[in-house]
Order: sequence, then structure tokens, then C-alpha cells
Amino acid sequence: MILLIQYTLIFASVLLLVALGGCISEHSGVINLGLEGIMVMGALGGALVMRYLPSIPTGMMVLAVVLGSMLVGVIYSLLLAFAAVNLKADQTLIGTAMNMLGTAAATVIVKAINTAEDPNNVSSTISYIDQKKAFIINIGGFEFNWFMLMAVIALILVYVMLYKTRFGLRLMACGEHPQAADSVGINVYKMRYAGVMLSGILGGLGGIVYITAGVSEWKFENGVAGFGFLALAVMIFGQWKPTRIALAALLFGLFRALSNVYTGFAPLVALNLPSTVYNMLPYIISLLVLALTSKKSRAPKAEGVPYDKGSR
Amino acid sequence: MENYAIEMLNITKRFPGIIANDNITLKLRKGEIHALLGENGAGKSTLMSVLFGLYQPEEGEIRKDGVTVKINNPNDANDLGIGMVHQHFKLVECFSVLDNIILGVEPVKNGFLKKDEARKKIMELSERYHLNVEPDALVEDITVGMQQRTEILKMLYRENEILIFDEPTAVLTPQEIKELMQIMKNLAAEGKSILFISHKLAEIMEVADRCTVLRKGKFVGTVDTKDTDPDKLSAMMVGRDVNFKVEKTPAQPGDVVLDVQNMSVASNRHKNNAVNNVSLKVRRGEIVCIAGIDGNGQTEFVHGLTGLEPLKSGKIFLDGKDITSAPIRQRSITGMSHIPEDRHKHGLVLDYSLEDNLVLQRYFEPEFTNKAGFLKRGAIRAYANRLIEEYDVRSGQGAVTTARSMSGGNQQKAIIAREVDKNPELLVAVQPTRGLDVGAIESVHKQLVAQRDAGKAVLLVSLELDEVMNVSDRILVMYEGEIVGEFDPAKVTVEELGLYMAGAKRMEV
Repeated sequence: MILLIQYTLIFASVLLLVALGGCISEHSGVINLGLEGIMVMGALGGALVMRYLPSIPTGMMVLAVVLGSMLVGVIYSLLLAFAAVNLKADQTLIGTAMNMLGTAAATVIVKAINTAEDPNNVSSTISYIDQKKAFIINIGGFEFNWFMLMAVIALILVYVMLYKTRFGLRLMACGEHPQAADSVGINVYKMRYAGVMLSGILGGLGGIVYITAGVSEWKFENGVAGFGFLALAVMIFGQWKPTRIALAALLFGLFRALSNVYTGFAPLVALNLPSTVYNMLPYIISLLVLALTSKKSRAPKAEGVPYDKGSR
Repeated sequence: MENYAIEMLNITKRFPGIIANDNITLKLRKGEIHALLGENGAGKSTLMSVLFGLYQPEEGEIRKDGVTVKINNPNDANDLGIGMVHQHFKLVECFSVLDNIILGVEPVKNGFLKKDEARKKIMELSERYHLNVEPDALVEDITVGMQQRTEILKMLYRENEILIFDEPTAVLTPQEIKELMQIMKNLAAEGKSILFISHKLAEIMEVADRCTVLRKGKFVGTVDTKDTDPDKLSAMMVGRDVNFKVEKTPAQPGDVVLDVQNMSVASNRHKNNAVNNVSLKVRRGEIVCIAGIDGNGQTEFVHGLTGLEPLKSGKIFLDGKDITSAPIRQRSITGMSHIPEDRHKHGLVLDYSLEDNLVLQRYFEPEFTNKAGFLKRGAIRAYANRLIEEYDVRSGQGAVTTARSMSGGNQQKAIIAREVDKNPELLVAVQPTRGLDVGAIESVHKQLVAQRDAGKAVLLVSLELDEVMNVSDRILVMYEGEIVGEFDPAKVTVEELGLYMAGAKRMEV
């Protein structure tokens, strides 16, 4: 049972971080479909820090890994910002391209690093068995992970930012009615850059949390297995509102955790279902949830529409 | 030396293929309401956009309080105390009134919003000018009138001294217009200077102190409203005397063209029928007008007639053929033309070129499509150019202009050209003059009468009683989805019609 809670919380943390990122980006008016790719790149950034700085003190390790993943995430997200804001490109296409590029680029980079070290090693795997311990504190049987705390802090920060600050008000105006924002002197382009970059930071962080959640090494060929898209589903189910996104993340996290730990529950084992059913659960649930709720979903009105000062 | 708040001197602004403002001078006195009058496309909006910093003029200068200023963007305008209520409101719908007002000039402490302070200031302003807004209501939940007052508060909150109203009454009900006029007078009395863009003469006469008239991008003159009258103003605006009375000979009705029998159409909004058991006939050589207050089933009747919505029951015959369940193209080919109520939604494909819009219902004919199924672009261009010439459709780049970029009046002219040139048996015109200026209205009315005289049947649906009385040969009043009266316009008064439109009287027809 503790294991179930532990896994639920850590997967929920991933979904919460990434979905909040998507939420900020969409409130600024840019659909960030590239979250999947951003996660992979963020994960890569964090994993490389762990690989090259294997023996720094625990506190430093946490900080360095977090910063590394955020940095790579935000740099990668600039691709989206530039294409969507400056080039006024189709945001769905850029996002899709970023997802393909993310996994592919990470694979190439890791393979290159591995082969340079040992010509016989052509895997795309980075392992971090020891380094990973820096993030975890054992409280009884419960493995507390610093990332859980970070996710909660992120939730509070995003909530306050969106609803209590000038920045948040302006950001949301850009996603709802950019012409109105422009007419009162808000620089829509800047705000959209800010929105996308914040989503890059959160998406990158979410990436490293994901690959350290259950395992001690990661094969980058796998990308992040659709977790970026799952986060988008969480965001939509959460109706672009941070608190509802948190609840949605917990729900989806629970289903994802079940696939890891269902063997510990006698009634579930007695059902004698193949494990793939549990692996599919979060995705099936997201399909159902979106099909049932998307009709009344209230997305930012101007999201996905490139802003052009000329057209009024 | 008179005291001017704003002087726009010799402003010239050119766009590709058109001089939008040609040497225009506009002087706004402190504390006055100054109307800017002109037809669609006369350059009013361009001039205001120049003042608001959206466009840079090629020539001319702008002075504020006698000092030359340069306005490069709306922020500069705002810094100079110039505010504008745009025709299409710039409000974020899912924000509260308060959030919309403070957006861009938020009072903050360390980046955190101080909404209580803002609320206090907004309530003070609201009471002082009798604007009566609820700061915490969401914009999407409030009436259009209150949305407009929110826009006014946006300007007052920024302590703007020069207020521009871009056609503010177009979206309001008569009651709201009255309130707005009072608010404008209050604002002027408090020392604000107001520029009021409009083409409604009555409103200008009521509220404005002076009026500047533009015509086709040129300055015509500035007059005191107390020294003029609507006829003189409209002559200045159009460049000739405008005939408010439509010239026409008595109708000579011929055979029945349209025969609607017991039509009922379901409503999208409520359970009852929007159109209930309506029967009517329209003959060759007559203009039949359906009058009524907006929302009494006229829209649904037209949708049922033109095929945009299915009928619940009843039959429609056009020239003796049953078209009750015919598809829209079939109705069109059979001889029905439709000038739709919503020209953006049903009249034009806004992102298509003018020429493509002009052949929207005919592109498949052999004249425009060859046997292999390819469009004959040359034939389309020639056809479009002929219509543009004949119907005086004005646009920036002629046949290839995007419909969206044309003025409302010219969009309407394009639709009329397309529908009339098809040579229909029946012309259905729904509020064909909505949003048009007097000159354009006159030309639309002439077209309708010309169609009648050419032996066509014309069915006009209108909310404007003047139009109903002037244009039609026979009036049917629609109330709650039913025809409640039939009149000869020569033998009925507006007051009498009003009683039927309001449901106070009805006759069996």
C-alpha cells in the first residue's frame, strides 16, 4: 500500500509539473504539443549531469540535476517559441516535430557518448544507480523523493503567479484575446516567449523526474513513453486550472502506479489480468476522460493562433 | 487663439492602391463632443487609427494642446491621454470587469495585484459618471451595454482626456443608445473631449456640438450641429442630395412566384416552433416585406425558406416547383437568390478573393469550369470585373482583394451583385441595409425596386420601419413566429404597425 502511494505521488509529480508547464504555455496562447520532446531533452540534461558529476555532495547533486534538466528543457522550448511567435508557424506541427526530434536527438547524443567511451557499447542507455539516491529519503518504508516537494512548490508558485500577479493577468490576456492585450500596451510576443519558456523549464524538470521515478537507468530510445501527451490530457481534464490539474494528476498517477505495483494487491492479482492491461490503464482512462469532458472544456480562446499585430 | 485638445493638421495616409486620408484636418476643442461623419470607406477609421498610433501618416502633423507630438503606437496615445472604445470591444471575455479595466496598468506591490485599491477607484468612477458596472462580474456574462461601459471605464481609469468612440451605437438597443448619449454628455460636462465616429445623423444631431464630414478620404467641412440639419449633413457626406424617399411606381403584381404553405420551423432556443404555420405568397413585380421585432421568427423563416434549416412541416413552391426538401444549390438554380442576414457567416467566404466570392454559386457552370473540372480563371476574372464595374464594388486591389479586407458596404454590394446578376425569379433580401450608410442604403433600395420592375418577386425582411414603409408594396407583420397582419403601406401608419409588431393587435390572414 505504501508502495502504491509512493508511486502514485511520484508519477503524479511528473504529470503535475509537465501539465502545469503546458497550462502556462497555453494560457499565453501557444499550444505546447512538444512537451513530450521537451521532457526527453530535460531528462537527457539531468542524466548527463548525473553521469559526468557522479560524486558531488547530495545537496549539490539535486540542485545540479534540477538546473541541468531545466536548462536543457528551456533551451529546447525556444525552438517552439521562435517558430510559433516569430515565424507564426502552425503550433501543432512544430510540437509534433519537436517530439520526433527530441527522442531522436537524445538517442543519437547518448549513443555517441557511449561509443566514444567504449566502441562496443552502442546502447542508448545512461545509468545512475548511485546518483539517484541523492533524491530519496527513506521515511519508514516510504521513499520520499525531493521531486514530490518540488511539484507541490511548483503548483503553489504557478497558482499564485497566474491569479495573483500582474504577470499572470497579462499572460492569460495574451492567450484569451491578444488584440485586447496589445491595445493596452502589453507585448504579446514577449509574453508568449515567457509562457513557452516557463513550460520548457517545467517540462524539462518533469522529464528528469520521470526517468528517475521507477528505474535506475534509462534507455533514451524509448523517449518518455507518451507521458508528455498524458500530461496534456491531465491539463485538459484539469480545465487549464492549476488546482484541478493537481487533482487530475493524482488520479492519472494512481492508474500509472497500479501497473507498477498491482502484484502487491491480492484482489487485483486474483483477477488474473495480463500486466499489459494495467500498463494501458492511464492511456485508456485519458481517452475516456477526454471523450467525456472535451465537449465542455474551456481552453484559452486564442491558443494556437499566431498573433499578428496587423490583423485586427 | 482657440483652445484645442487635439489638432490633426493636413493628415495624408496612403495604402497600396488607395489614398485613405487625403489632406484631412480635424480640430477637437476641449470639452466638446465632436462627431466624425462619413460613409463606409470614407476614411474615418483610418484617421482615428492614425490618432491612436496604429498607423503612421505620410504627411501632416498632430498637435496636443498646441504642441506637436509623434504617436508611434497605442502606448504613446495612451501616454498622451487618448483612449478609444473600439467598435469591436477589446475585452477578455473570461476575465472580470475589474481585471479588464486594470489590464496593462495594474496597481501592484512587488508584482502582486492590489485589486482592492483598483476596485475602490473603479467604483468611484462608476458612480461619478453613472456607469453602473459590477466590477466582479465576468465580461461574458454581462450585456453589450455594460461591456461598452467597461470600455469607457478603461479609458477613465487611465485618466484619458480625449475619448474616441468608434461607431458606439451600432451594437446597442435603443434604450442603451439613450443611456450612452447621456453618459457622453456627462463626460463632456466633466471636461473630457470626445470624438464620436458615426454615420447615424440623428445621433450626431442629438449629442454632438460640431461635426466634421469626410468623403472618399477627403475633408469636406466642419460644421456646428446647431447650424445644420440632417439633410444638409447627408448631402455633405454623400456629395449630393440624398433621397430618403424611395422613388417607385405602383406595383403591378403578376403570377405567384413563391408559395409557402403552412411552414413550421423548430427553434434552436426553445421547445416551441420558431415559425408556426406560416403561409404567404409573393408575386412577380411586387416587394413583400416581413416586418417585426428582432427574434420573432424572421431568421428561422428565412433559413427554412432558403434551405439553411429543415422544415418541421409545410411546403414551399417556387415557380410551381416543389422545393420543400431541395438542397440549397437546387433552390439557387431554380431561381432563388438570397442576400443573407449575416453577410460574414452566410454571405461571403471572407478569406477568399472577391472574384471567387462572386462566382460562389456559379463556379460549376460551363462558363466557369471546363469539361475536365478545372476552373477557367480567365472567365472568372472577366466576370468579376464586369460585376465590380456594374455594381460599383470598391476594393483595394480589385478582383483579387480578400473579401475580409473590404468595407462592410462594399461587401454587401458584392453580395447584391452576385445575387442579382444570377437573374433570379425570387430575391430574398434579409436586412440588406444593416450597417450601411445612407448613400449605400439608397443604392440597395434602388436595386430592390429595379428587380421588382424587371418582373421579379422580392421578399424583404427588415427590422427598420422606415425601410419597411418606403420600399415595400405589401407588408406582413410577424409576431412570435406567426403572420399577424397584412397591410398596404399607403394605408397604414407606423404606429399601427408597431401595435401589431408588439403583439397588441392581430388579424386573421
